[in-house]
Amino acid sequence: MLVKAKGTQQSVAASRLLDGEAVWLGTGNIWVEDVALAAVFDGADAIAEALCFAKAEEKRQVVVDVYPLDVEITDQGTRPTHLRERLKGIGPTVRRDLGKQARQPTA
Amino acid sequence: MPDTHSPALRSNQPADAHAAVYRYDEFDKTFIFERVEQFRAQVERRIKGEITEEEFKPIRLMNGLYLQLHAYMLRVAVPYGMLSSTQVRRLARIARVYDKGYGHFTTRQNIQFNWPKLEDVPAILHELAEVDMHAIQTSGNCIRNVTTDQFCGAAADELVDPRVYAEILRQWSTLHPEFTYLPRKFKIAITGSPNDRAAVQVHDIGLIAKKDEVTGRVGFTVYVGGGQGRTPYLAVKARDFVPVEEIIGYLEAILRVYNQLGRRDNIYKARIKITVNEMGPAKFLGLIEEEYARLPRQKFHVDPAIVDAIQTHFAAPPWADLPAVSESFEAAKQADPAFARWTRTNLTAHKTQGYAIATISLKPIGGIPGDAESSQLETVADLADLYSFGEVRVTHEQNLVLAHVRQDDLYALWQALDKAGLGTANAGLISDIIACPGLDYCALANTRAIPVAQRIAERFADLDRQHDLGELKIKISGCINACGHHHVGHIGILGVDKKGEEFFQILLGGDAGTNAALGEIVGPGFDYDGIIDAVEVVVNTFVKLRQPGEIFIKTLARTGHAPFKEALYARA
Repeated sequence: MLVKAKGTQQSVAASRLLDGEAVWLGTGNIWVEDVALAAVFDGADAIAEALCFAKAEEKRQVVVDVYPLDVEITDQGTRPTHLRERLKGIGPTVRRDLGKQARQPTA
Repeated sequence: MPDTHSPALRSNQPADAHAAVYRYDEFDKTFIFERVEQFRAQVERRIKGEITEEEFKPIRLMNGLYLQLHAYMLRVAVPYGMLSSTQVRRLARIARVYDKGYGHFTTRQNIQFNWPKLEDVPAILHELAEVDMHAIQTSGNCIRNVTTDQFCGAAADELVDPRVYAEILRQWSTLHPEFTYLPRKFKIAITGSPNDRAAVQVHDIGLIAKKDEVTGRVGFTVYVGGGQGRTPYLAVKARDFVPVEEIIGYLEAILRVYNQLGRRDNIYKARIKITVNEMGPAKFLGLIEEEYARLPRQKFHVDPAIVDAIQTHFAAPPWADLPAVSESFEAAKQADPAFARWTRTNLTAHKTQGYAIATISLKPIGGIPGDAESSQLETVADLADLYSFGEVRVTHEQNLVLAHVRQDDLYALWQALDKAGLGTANAGLISDIIACPGLDYCALANTRAIPVAQRIAERFADLDRQHDLGELKIKISGCINACGHHHVGHIGILGVDKKGEEFFQILLGGDAGTNAALGEIVGPGFDYDGIIDAVEVVVNTFVKLRQPGEIFIKTLARTGHAPFKEALYARA
């Protein structure tokens, strides 16, 4: 179940309208498919501004199901703090051949 | 082609000519193709931005399309679990062309595809419509796909063929103007014999066939207000006997009362089970009777001509006149212990001499419960054509069934199944686990369920050990919505979120059968690693306590929960 974001560092998640692919709002307001590349918004104002842009993207038929999530910054990039959101970032743990985890790293 | 006894194949008819599925007439076909085109236009309008997601969401749900954790998910209806081999092959094709090469069979006898693209869904629905299938009533606050006993039409204990009434209910409920926007979803299950194989007492309405011993009339005992989820209830008996011809009228009365009084202010209190129990069963049942008395009975009387017409879709296949004992079957059991083991768990007695009902396990050790690859679906379709009149059934326990196999053919069938990874001898045993998709796929889940099932199956991988334990049903849900039926597992497992970590509670004593019961939480939960050891402690305790020939649920009923609780927690 979706866990309400409460932390000071948050990212914005969504699903792409056409194929349902999980995406996150990246730097420069670009939707990225890798959660490690998700932009981290610090503080209420920054989070509200990001959500405002994401909601507008919903109205432009780019994404659906926009919501904020708690994250932390690691050496590997942005990492969701909750298990649900980490799994959204990789794919089903019972099918390692499917989802984002199955993709070859881009050169 | 292997030898076949299929009369259809031998006479150049379609191999599934005798499959007992409802075949659409022109009215049905027109309706379903119009519905596909309607949804195609709605998808186009959504993509163009002419309708918002808020407007589109209820429309897509009415066509079985969810948005899950990683992608869209399309739930396709398998009416009362019946499929022809043609339909199975089409599902295999859809999985291969539009999805990722597999489908997932559910506890409502449906199939889900986990990765469709929105823009492909109208094409998928069109392909389904070509083989008399759709995704209507698989979501939304309507009367959902009616489920039934997977052995219908073949079981020796059957009083009435539940498929006939399931189909009548389907036709009655599809686009029913009053019941398309109910307070909440509504699930009906029917079993055609006195022995419940459809978990009817945990449904909004459950029907169990009954014969009036005085008049000889056949009808149903009607249960109402059962359900699982966060507030589980067993259904209460509304009437001991409703004749088959009055069943639509009686259900209309129940639905009217629920539609009027069911809560719409709180989604968690909107199911009929809450209405029944908040009001008190006696008062609610009284209102049903008042409504039923008011109804124009003749309007809802099930016309025998309609029953006869629908019955033709489910006519018995042309069984051969066979000896009661198959010498080749007996010889194969003697010669091959692995086959003999499969026959002990995966075969059920058929009402016709010389035949058997074969359960195809979709629970290989370490596999994902209910998943089937496209190639496996095609194998099952081929085997159904060769050995079971081109017909396949889906069970609510996430397995498949070939209902009419000659005993002479069983060894060849099992060998082919085994080669395809479908021959595991574990139906009804500890590794035949129901598990919801859980957090690996589901947006609502709190924890994973599938890997817990996989690790339990691996812990008990030794089939000799499983057979020694006997019938033991484990059911796992990744959240309190209970899609994995944990409330009615002999051992139920419920995943809960504990400060961002997965924890699992154990329930003991649930039963989905004729002696339906809800399990009770035995104590504090276990972490992801600990839950497998905990299940083994429960099982080992059973082994110490059991009397000769006693199955788990009987031992538990005799001893109570205390020794199991002590074994689980005394060491803490």
